[in-house]
Amino acid sequence: MHTASWEIAFENLSLGYGERTILRDITATLPAGKISVILGGSGCGKSTLLKNIIGLHRPQQGKIWVGGKDLFDLPRAEYRRMRRHMGVLFQDGALLGALTLAQNVALPLSEHTSLPKEVIRKAAFDTLAQVGLREFGDYYPNELSGGMRKRAGLARAIIASPSILLCDEPTSGLDPITAAKMDNLLLSMKAHFADMTTVVVSHDMQSVKKIADYVLVLRDGQAVFAGSYQSLATSNDPYLQQFLHRTVEDEEQRRHEEQDPRVHAAIQDWLAS
Amino acid sequence: MAYAPTAFLAALGRPVLEYINTAGAMTLFLLSGIYHIGTSRKIWQRSLQQVYLIGSKSLFLILLIGIFCGMVLGLQGYYTLVQFGSVGMLGSAVSLTLIRELGPVLTAIMLTGRAGSSITAEIGVMRISDQIDALDVMDINSMAYLVSPRIVASLISFPLLTAIFDTIGIIGGYLTGVLMLGINQGAYFFRIQNSVTLVDVTGGFWKSLVFALIVTTVCCFQGYFTHKRRDSVGPAAVGNATTSAVVISCILILVADYILTSFLL
Repeated sequence: MHTASWEIAFENLSLGYGERTILRDITATLPAGKISVILGGSGCGKSTLLKNIIGLHRPQQGKIWVGGKDLFDLPRAEYRRMRRHMGVLFQDGALLGALTLAQNVALPLSEHTSLPKEVIRKAAFDTLAQVGLREFGDYYPNELSGGMRKRAGLARAIIASPSILLCDEPTSGLDPITAAKMDNLLLSMKAHFADMTTVVVSHDMQSVKKIADYVLVLRDGQAVFAGSYQSLATSNDPYLQQFLHRTVEDEEQRRHEEQDPRVHAAIQDWLAS
Repeated sequence: MAYAPTAFLAALGRPVLEYINTAGAMTLFLLSGIYHIGTSRKIWQRSLQQVYLIGSKSLFLILLIGIFCGMVLGLQGYYTLVQFGSVGMLGSAVSLTLIRELGPVLTAIMLTGRAGSSITAEIGVMRISDQIDALDVMDINSMAYLVSPRIVASLISFPLLTAIFDTIGIIGGYLTGVLMLGINQGAYFFRIQNSVTLVDVTGGFWKSLVFALIVTTVCCFQGYFTHKRRDSVGPAAVGNATTSAVVISCILILVADYILTSFLL
């Protein structure tokens, strides 16, 4: 399989830990220069797939092609060079607690370039401004809300102008307004870095509808759909419909079991005490 | 029944193999940390920060433990030596005990509790919150960023704090022996000057360097691999890793002390 530009392609990808299989025989291509969303329920292997692309997990079988190169077949030095083209937003931002926001954002530049301190600091504050956090540059991560930490994580991911931006659940745990801001940010990133391939792991359907050019749906570690959001929305597949409309099949609904009378009585006693 | 002896041997061998495995992994971890001293950017800047955290912030504790340790030695030494009519040897007893043994060992154990536990907890939290993965993804070598500066800082801090411990301990012995119990001041210091040789001082110095490597390796290793613990996950794993780091460090310090002493004597 060959890919062009900054396409990401999975070829018969399988991964597991011990006897537990997380990903099974995934074959798909995430198009270059677009926002691709990896969608699926909790524990279906979305984040694991993302960590495969970053190279934090090695697949048991199959290949990942990034920019036309087999990621796990590259010599170490070239593999490191390849990874420099990737910016990653981790679930909670993964900002270094000992550094301020500006120092966190500046990290790729301060570690890999010989630019003067003031130039790097200005670049960090400018990038923070892109995510609306310029005035929080001297704050530490623990002084900020979850949404702000995610935006700062996004700033750190984009400061080195990556060719591939990978975001792990950028809107999870955020209120609807902050989540919408994050969606807008991702769209503005796409406008700003026209050739950048963006991969977003999510199960937030509103977000997917707003940002996705391409959707890959996982279920129990297998790819069950790949295509545009429009074709996903018109799919007749019962699982996809459940996902889209937030419903469950009757047989999957758990029956409300009667509470053990002893437990009920104990709780009543405790409440009355 | 036929399988019982094999099962017993397997049960015995498995943990032994695991310990050997861990020991090997720790050794490679240390070697990697030392190697990255040479490759790490801003190594001195980061090491200096760690000298402040490991060394400077532990100074008060070392002074406190050192003075009381010296005072107890002075007291115990006096009442032992007085039975043999040789209280004049108190300076000798206090200084040699401190410089050869108690100084390096107690300083290392105190630093394990004070700085080592904090190193494990900090790196462990970084591991479970994806911060170490984030470093690797940014092509920042996490060993060079986290471990190498701490190795350098420990190699600087441990011998210095040991020297301070020894000095303040000798002053503690002076307080009890000379000021409280009335030993001749001149005799106290003359005996120290007369009995302590350069070999004693360098022996203590070498010990403190070895202890520095042990404490840093064990504490960084436990934090760095918090996510691979089988007994717990998440914050509980950080707690358990910290406990393991302190316990293993203390045991290894005493084992290494015995081995080094047997070579140095």
